[in-house]
Formats: sequence, C-alpha cells, structure tokens
Amino acid sequence: MQAVTIPPFELFYEEHRAEVLRVLRRRLGSDRAEDAFQETFLRALRAYRRLEHGAHLRAWVLTIAQNVALDTLRRARPWGELEDSGAEDAEPAYAALAHLTDGLPPKERAAVVLRYGYDLSYDQIAAALGSSPNAARQATSTGVRRLRRRNTP
Amino acid sequence: MTVSSDLDRKFRDAALALGLVDVGFDVVDSPIGPLFVAVSGRGLAAISFDTDPDDHLERLARIAGPGVLRSSKAVDRAHRELDEYFAGRRRAFDLPLDLRALPPFTTSVLKELARVPYGETTTYGALAARVGRPRAARAVGTVMHRNRIPIVLPCHRVVGADGDLTGYAGGLDCKMRLLELEGAR
Repeated sequence: MQAVTIPPFELFYEEHRAEVLRVLRRRLGSDRAEDAFQETFLRALRAYRRLEHGAHLRAWVLTIAQNVALDTLRRARPWGELEDSGAEDAEPAYAALAHLTDGLPPKERAAVVLRYGYDLSYDQIAAALGSSPNAARQATSTGVRRLRRRNTP
Repeated sequence: MTVSSDLDRKFRDAALALGLVDVGFDVVDSPIGPLFVAVSGRGLAAISFDTDPDDHLERLARIAGPGVLRSSKAVDRAHRELDEYFAGRRRAFDLPLDLRALPPFTTSVLKELARVPYGETTTYGALAARVGRPRAARAVGTVMHRNRIPIVLPCHRVVGADGDLTGYAGGLDCKMRLLELEGAR
C-alpha cells in the first residue's frame, strides 16, 4: 500500500468530529454521547503519533467511537449481558467484510476487519479497541481461527 | 450534526491537560493585527502575521509531532506576554523557545538576534560579524526573513547599514510601529 501522510490532528478532528458525534448520539443519546465524544478523540489523539500511515482514518475513528460506546453501555449495565449489537453504526469499518465476519464478538470482528480489510497495524487496531497491541494481535488471530473453524465443513 | 462550542472546548482543554498535544496553536488579537501563535512542549514554536492555520500546521507537525491542535489555553502565556509587550509593560520575553530543526548557522544568528536589546537597532552586517561571518550580511537577511518567531526574536530591530528599514514579514509599517513602541524611532 502506498503510504498516506498522517494529517495534523486538527485537520483529522475537524473532518470527523460531526460524524463521530452523530454516531454516538444515535447509539447513546445526547447526554452520554458528549462524554463518549471526548473519550473517542482523546483515545485517537493518544494513539495518533504511533500511526504508521494516514489511510482509513475515518474507519479507524468510527471504530474507536464504536468501542467507546460499547464501554459506556457496559458500564451502565455492569451486571447485565450486553447484546451483540456492535455493528450497526460502524458501517465504514464493518460493512465491507460484514458478510464474512458476522457472528464474531465485536472486538474480534473489529480487529479482523481493521487488520485485513483496512491493513492497519496492531498499534492502530489497539488504539481503536482501547487495548494493547498484543491484545489486538490476539483478538485478530482468535477471530481468524473462529472464522476458519466456522467455514470448514 | 454540529459539535457545540462548549463540547469542542472541553475536548481541547482535556487533550491539553492530559499532555497529549504536541503543538497548540491559536490566532490572537494584537495592536498590529491578528497573529498566529503556536506553542509546543518545548516552548514558543511560531508567531506569524499569516493567520491561516493551513499555512502552518503541516510544518509544525513535521517539527514537533502530529498532535497539532487549536487550543487557546496552550498559547495563553504567550498571548499574555505579547499583550504586556504591546502595552509597553514588557521589555523581554520569558517564554522558552522551540528552535528545533534549524540549521546551525540559523540557530547561531537567532541566538545573537535575541541579545539585541529592547529599543535598540543593529544592522545585518553587525549581526553577521557577531556570529563570526562578517561577510554574510545577506545570509543574515535571509534568516531574518524566515524567522519563525518574529516580535519575540526581534528581527524588527535589524535594519540596513544606512538605517533603512529594508523589509519585514508583517510589512514595513509594522516594523516601524514596533520600533516606535520600543522608542527606537
């Protein structure tokens, strides 16, 4: 893949903030969306200098938003089971490979799609998932193994 | 869906408070017109009469890292010192300067420039002599022209051998006003 320069964070933020807020509002409602918005862009900024290229930043930040939303919902219902509805809003990151990755747990699906759909590094995936690069690698390989098992007759 | 200015500010403040910003910038008002001001973790990185961020952000990112974010708080201290200077209450700036990624000649010229006292002028040739390159007046002129931190690094105090103002990034009017402010003209 040809290297795409990483834009200064300000430009990235200005380009994506409205869409991120829209996605989070739909998922969490207005009040909780504001905290999640901040958390999304703080996670993105924390990981920003480790990015290896500037490709697919939209998919990347929407995946971060998706995972912040999941964390928010989980915190709200610590004892309840969280239904797996993770995919519906994060179209850019998930849609392309949705037919292949349907049924994977949200983190594994995000990891597989970001790795093989968007060619992101484990550092970038880790930032999107709010985990370590090792955990991102783990989630990717577990997801791939699960898919192989499923697709093996 | 627009992001409210309140939410926007909260994010910018939090990013700065958490130490995640490589360079904070803003455009501030001054008696000589609006100024683009940028501050990195090392200090003041840019002042410019060209206030379009697009003309600066890529370069700042190359020098200090991609975490470039507009933040009035990041430039707060620089803004305050500039206000005091323009009000005639400050003769020297206390801000540390970020002079990363400059060639050695440029760095030594700027260090000498920083020692030209408030309210006095010097010439390109004299500055060249002080860095041990007496014939490099023209090269010193180029360094002045490219000065990333005008006003604080006082290139307005450098004039031609015959006393002509010669040139200034903010315009000759501006150079004259700064010298008048300092009582040098």
